[in-house]
Amino acid sequence: MTAATLSHGSSVGGERAGEETVSYNEAVVRLFVIATMFWGVIGFLAGIFIAFELAFPALNLGLEWTSFGRLRPLHTSAVVFAFGGNALFATSLYVVQRTCRATLWGGPAVANFLFVGYQIFIVLAASGYVLGITQGKEYAEPEWYVDLWLTVVWVVYLLVFVGTIMQRREPHIYVANWFYLAMIVTIAMLHLVNNLNVPVSFFGTTSYSYFSGVQGALVQWWYGHNAVGFFLTAGFLGMMYYFIPKQAGRPVYSYRLSIIHFWSLIFLYIWAGPHHLHYTALPEWAQTLGMTFSIMLWMPSWGGMINGIMTLSGAWDKLRTDPVLRFLVTSVAFYGMSTFEGPVMSIKAVNALSHYTDWTVGHVHSGALGWVAFVSFGAVYFLVPKLWKAERLYSLRLVSYHFWTATIGIVLYITSMWISGIMQGLMWRAYDNLGFLQYSFVETVAAMHPFYVIRALGGVLFLIGALIMVYNLWRTTKGDIRVEKPYVTAPTRKFAPAAE
Amino acid sequence: MPTKVEKDSFSGVDTTGHEWDGIQELNNPLPKWWLYVFYVCVVFSVVYWVLYPAIPLGKTHTAGILGYAQRETVVADIAKARAAQGAYRSKIESASLDQIVADQDLLGFAIAGGRAAFADNCSACHGAGGAGAKGYPTLADDDWLWGGKADDIHTTLLHGVRSTNDDDTRVSEMPKFGVDDLLTAAQINDTAEYVLSLTGRESDKTAAGRGAAVFAEQCVACHGEKGEGMREVGAPRLNDNIWLYGGDKKTVVETITYARAGVMPAWGARLDPVTIKQLAVYVHSLGGGEK
Repeated sequence: MTAATLSHGSSVGGERAGEETVSYNEAVVRLFVIATMFWGVIGFLAGIFIAFELAFPALNLGLEWTSFGRLRPLHTSAVVFAFGGNALFATSLYVVQRTCRATLWGGPAVANFLFVGYQIFIVLAASGYVLGITQGKEYAEPEWYVDLWLTVVWVVYLLVFVGTIMQRREPHIYVANWFYLAMIVTIAMLHLVNNLNVPVSFFGTTSYSYFSGVQGALVQWWYGHNAVGFFLTAGFLGMMYYFIPKQAGRPVYSYRLSIIHFWSLIFLYIWAGPHHLHYTALPEWAQTLGMTFSIMLWMPSWGGMINGIMTLSGAWDKLRTDPVLRFLVTSVAFYGMSTFEGPVMSIKAVNALSHYTDWTVGHVHSGALGWVAFVSFGAVYFLVPKLWKAERLYSLRLVSYHFWTATIGIVLYITSMWISGIMQGLMWRAYDNLGFLQYSFVETVAAMHPFYVIRALGGVLFLIGALIMVYNLWRTTKGDIRVEKPYVTAPTRKFAPAAE
Repeated sequence: MPTKVEKDSFSGVDTTGHEWDGIQELNNPLPKWWLYVFYVCVVFSVVYWVLYPAIPLGKTHTAGILGYAQRETVVADIAKARAAQGAYRSKIESASLDQIVADQDLLGFAIAGGRAAFADNCSACHGAGGAGAKGYPTLADDDWLWGGKADDIHTTLLHGVRSTNDDDTRVSEMPKFGVDDLLTAAQINDTAEYVLSLTGRESDKTAAGRGAAVFAEQCVACHGEKGEGMREVGAPRLNDNIWLYGGDKKTVVETITYARAGVMPAWGARLDPVTIKQLAVYVHSLGGGEK
């Protein structure tokens, strides 16, 4: 094990005399960081390819393995579970050690099992998609044998995380760890219930769900929405709560807010799933439940944004000179935007227009690209120099280029999907003056073509940004420092008497 | 470990006294606006539960004092939309196709409805506006396989062509001259040359001469002596330059060898009679409708 031995006092908080040193397991964090970037690039590339497939269907190549239907789950799983999941593993295992001043429970062998086991899960899932092996449930496509394997890995993750917290040398559990733990526990529950399947045989890949009909749909969207709520929100809020105060060098804005928004977020989120099934066979009372709990969720979601952004009070000037902090703060801004848009879209009257359109796709990506990916980028930029013992990042200018390329990419993506989605929804419901539908489905598809192209180009910019990042990180691990114009704090303007 | 409350030098706010890896927390209160907006959202939700269906009660649920019910609302909306078209629809139901075509007002309604129905049901094969595609006839020209009068089109729509679920479907079968060894490869080649010559295109004169004899023996019964086609059996006209599958030599040889038997579903089993009438009138109006 190449664990670093660092005294706690070397961090921002200053020396605390007379405390024993802790040997942190950083080796496994390094592995998860590498996997994060590897799967990130794969996932972004898959996204770009399927985006171009929608604009130019000939790219399906006439092959079943490369058709949109099979590559779409490959993209979503690669970015959510492979990129996002590895980022959560990397940061949670780093943060829990630091904020508990304890090394990982179970030792390096268990930690390495977590890494290898999770990568096996990813490869098993992805190969199944391409071969057409799927449960047909969005974000829960892997079949029973993959689900069982993930269950083993996830239980070990829970044990390692809780075990580390139990061994902590701090009197309290830091807020980041609440969020990470909520993520781990809830994902376990969601995964087990939504994948209650009966395999057809021990040697076949097919299985059938225990739930049928509208119950199956409700369980699926209880799962699907909380995969967003706990994997992509709670988990990444944990990330935010560590890396923003660290990078800004400022205390968290409000401890009280963190308590209230944590408990209200996790209590309310779990009920919001039925808003995915408005105007369906789902009983109306359940639709009401989904909608109203989504609306009540607005402020609990924004509590995290407020705590993230207000933590910068007293450090706003750093945004000029620190593009890593810019990533982190922008991610919180996108988080705030998405968590406002979500409750709006959950309102039945809005949903009647937005549902099944590209608007939903745009909404998901403002969260996925703007929030999840940006906060992960910020965290990885923070981690790599520390994990590889480099003096600092190879280049801050390249971080800034990454930031602007990716931001423009996101803007192209979400604006084109807003326009395309709202246009699509309006075309679907347009009637002529004699009461006949104005447009056929294929006419709406033709009208969306230019926006599909713009969306794909936005994705290309996002990938270019990520490739710049990979280069920057690679040079950082080698200890290189780029010769470039440094970011300097703007000189304080002093009042000078006008006496020339 | 004793907590050590400090005062943040920038904001003047106390910390909570905890510290993790150098991170401290300020003891700021909840932002007032945040808390009030949260309360407003909760109150909104509670009011919504009173007004709309909300609380599950075993097999039923509270109806809400507004009495809104999704399913009943959509049924009422559809009934309203039907009623708005009711006068036109009942006229179309009772009128003959010729009467519809003669009545400007009714014709406008039928074409509007036919256009919408065509876009959803027909354009996947026949193309937008009936432009056609290989194997799927163009409907915007005056070349008709089974007849171009409104009644002919209506019959085709209702019963389909070689449809498997309609006993009155339009049927005919071109022999597979090559596959079933009815003609030799050389004879097929000659016949193809003759078919090319029917439209005055470049062809091998001697081969076409031999092909004329084969054509007279095998093809005229359906395609006519001069290749003028026969609508009773849906046999295409061969002496014009409109080709369903392609008029080049290779495709014509392929057609004679394997034969063609395109299928169109019988829409009578799927669309209501008024919609089918509107479709017939719409297709008739596309440009090639016959009197």
